[in-house]
Amino acid sequence: MPDDAAVAGEVARGDDSALTPQQRRAQSRPASAHLVAPRHHRPHVKHQFDTLAQQHEADTLGMWAFLATEVLFFGGMILCYTVYRGVYFKEWHNGSRILDEFEFLGISAGAWNTAVLLTSSLTVALAVRAAQLGRREQLIGLLLATMALGAAFLLIKAMEYRNDYHEGLVPGWPFHPDPRLLEPGVRMRPFELFWSFYFVMTAVHALHMLIGLGLFTYLIVQAWRGKLTREHHMPVEIIGLYWHFVDLVWIFLFPLLYLVR
Amino acid sequence: MTSIPYTPALAPPETYLNVSYRVRSWLLTADHKRIAILYMISITLFFFVGGAAAVLMRLELMTPQGDLVRAETYNKLFTIHGVMMVFFFLIPSIPAVLGNFLVPIMIGARDLAFPRLNLLSWYLYMIGGCFALGAMILGGVDTGWTFYTPYSSSFSNTNVALTIVAIFINGFSSILTGLNFIVTIHKMRAPGMYWSRLPLFIWSHYATSLIFVLATPVLAITLVLVAVERLLRVGIFDPALGGDPILFQHLFWFYSHPAVYIMILPAMGVVSEIVPCFAHKRIFGYGMIAFASLAIAVLGFLVWGHHMFVSGQSIYGGMIFSILSFLVSIPSAIKVFNWTATLYKGSVDLRTPMLYALGFIGLFTLGGLTGLIVATLAIDVHVHDTYFVVAHFHYIMVGGAVMAYLGGIHFWWPKITGRMYPEWWGRFSAFLIFVGFNLTFFPQFILGYLGMPRRYYAYAAEFQVLNVMSTAGASILGLGYLLPLCYLIWSLFYGKIAPINPWGAAGLEWQTSSPPPTDNFDQTPVVVDEAYAYDKIEVPSA
Repeated sequence: MPDDAAVAGEVARGDDSALTPQQRRAQSRPASAHLVAPRHHRPHVKHQFDTLAQQHEADTLGMWAFLATEVLFFGGMILCYTVYRGVYFKEWHNGSRILDEFEFLGISAGAWNTAVLLTSSLTVALAVRAAQLGRREQLIGLLLATMALGAAFLLIKAMEYRNDYHEGLVPGWPFHPDPRLLEPGVRMRPFELFWSFYFVMTAVHALHMLIGLGLFTYLIVQAWRGKLTREHHMPVEIIGLYWHFVDLVWIFLFPLLYLVR
Repeated sequence: MTSIPYTPALAPPETYLNVSYRVRSWLLTADHKRIAILYMISITLFFFVGGAAAVLMRLELMTPQGDLVRAETYNKLFTIHGVMMVFFFLIPSIPAVLGNFLVPIMIGARDLAFPRLNLLSWYLYMIGGCFALGAMILGGVDTGWTFYTPYSSSFSNTNVALTIVAIFINGFSSILTGLNFIVTIHKMRAPGMYWSRLPLFIWSHYATSLIFVLATPVLAITLVLVAVERLLRVGIFDPALGGDPILFQHLFWFYSHPAVYIMILPAMGVVSEIVPCFAHKRIFGYGMIAFASLAIAVLGFLVWGHHMFVSGQSIYGGMIFSILSFLVSIPSAIKVFNWTATLYKGSVDLRTPMLYALGFIGLFTLGGLTGLIVATLAIDVHVHDTYFVVAHFHYIMVGGAVMAYLGGIHFWWPKITGRMYPEWWGRFSAFLIFVGFNLTFFPQFILGYLGMPRRYYAYAAEFQVLNVMSTAGASILGLGYLLPLCYLIWSLFYGKIAPINPWGAAGLEWQTSSPPPTDNFDQTPVVVDEAYAYDKIEVPSA
């Protein structure tokens, strides 16, 4: 039992001397009809959980609930974007075309990014598998590959931003697009609005990517120190879920911003 | 299940309160009960800040002409009042204090699923609160708590951005609390605690948490867009720049109407616990009350357009939103009827919590019925933006949510602190609050019906009598709120030691010591009965 209490102490509650008073208190407690056996702590099981399985289920549900929040967060932006696409069709068409025309090797930057991000989802899925099987080197390798792909995405995005900046497409800096880019009948205010949404949506997405990269760095450090084992691989799964979601957001942003005209 | 008299041990038993006295052990605690106390102290602070603004407003409205404060100051006062009361008091009040304390105990868990996330929620709340206080000290905000565009994004030269940041950060605190409750209720129930045995307090917090998680992010992104508009001068919501102000209102109320149910659903949960306890009777219609909580949460997402009846929304949109708003009255009425049926032939004990609960039922019914009036398209054109609306939502938020919060605080005070509060003072202040509340807000129904608009610092002379009545009521109400603050603090030091189950209540929280140990229970309890088995509990003889 003292060992168990030490494990519980991990969670910074300062109750290592909880045993004796507990016994004392038990005398002044009404006897419930049925009581189960006292809990036993196991490594990796936090004090509030009874079993590792319960903890895993809770962690997973927690991430899903968080992702539900995220869906509504991005949903608000996508709603506004879609409403204005109907109102200012010409300007949205023009903006979309400009975005899609920025290319590397004949393929638009957005398409490159989609390919890069989908591949990173594959490497994350493989990393989860590696973690479940307890293959440490493979796990670290796949996580590094994911980070490289994530960084590549951000790099491509940054080059797009740089190009947009040179063409005067950044709202408020001030907004002065090259007249050659404009299609006939495009009004400046709504055109600026398109670029505002473009920058807000992609920047919020990129922020989520940056957080993801931070989380992967944490995972790699944990794996390097041997903290991630077959039994304790949950962090990889949870963060993997997050990464898949960030990927999925892009799957919506890419057609909305680049393709739908 | 009967209560066992408290036998003082030689050494005081270890509880969550006396486990450590260091400041660090409070500020870095992961114990849901201690975090509940942190929340209780902080929301009380914000309540009195918001209340002070209300006092100044009521004083200004004693006379028809604007003489106490300037018009701009008055605008800032009602903004402070709204922001503080809505975002920093009402929304976290019952969930973050009573919910935090009780959700794990009521389902027989040792803590919430994510204790450190819970602590993070409190820090986010405090950071948000400090930003809001900072915005106030640096000169205030004058947009009202609704931040309507384009005023908030293009014209107001007050601290809008800072307040937006405050509410944005505070939103994440709400989201994390909701997330924590959902996971805890799904995954942490003790053996035998089936969904059909969950206390109704838990059901209502589950419904509330769904709103926290699904509605709050929409407010967050809306505020981000307002900030972008303010910063970059692009026309997202400003019509002069090509934006659509109605779109802002849609997004804002998509959060803020469900937010009303964030305030009232937990209050209904509290009342569902208090009423059967002091009627000494099983709750009537358990399944229907639980179902009604979920129904209110779901319907709450579909009625936001009733705030925009006169904003230029399409008339057909208005009609649909009007019908959907009427539908909310069905689950609300189900609850009121079931509480009343619980009282029927019960042996009703009019103790302080019960007085608050009965006050809640009456005032909530009035607030709900006037809700039907403002949900009616044609009448709303007449009473929109008048004091009628102000009175209506104060009946729900103050007469409903605050009454239930105080009732809940008194009901669980012995469990939370291990001390009894002075009963006579409790009843007296409950009475004072009920009288003061009605005197404050009932005249406002009449004022609004007669056409006095809200949010003005001066008014026509014919409205003075009713306004003076309202101000007089507000002073009684203010006294009623100060009294519990005094005697509850007094009781911490001089109150009678509380037994395990002073009220003869059912429910797991009454089976552990008062106050509970850090892990809530010595051993995981096994639940063998429903949460309202009052037929198996003797009426205590006190």
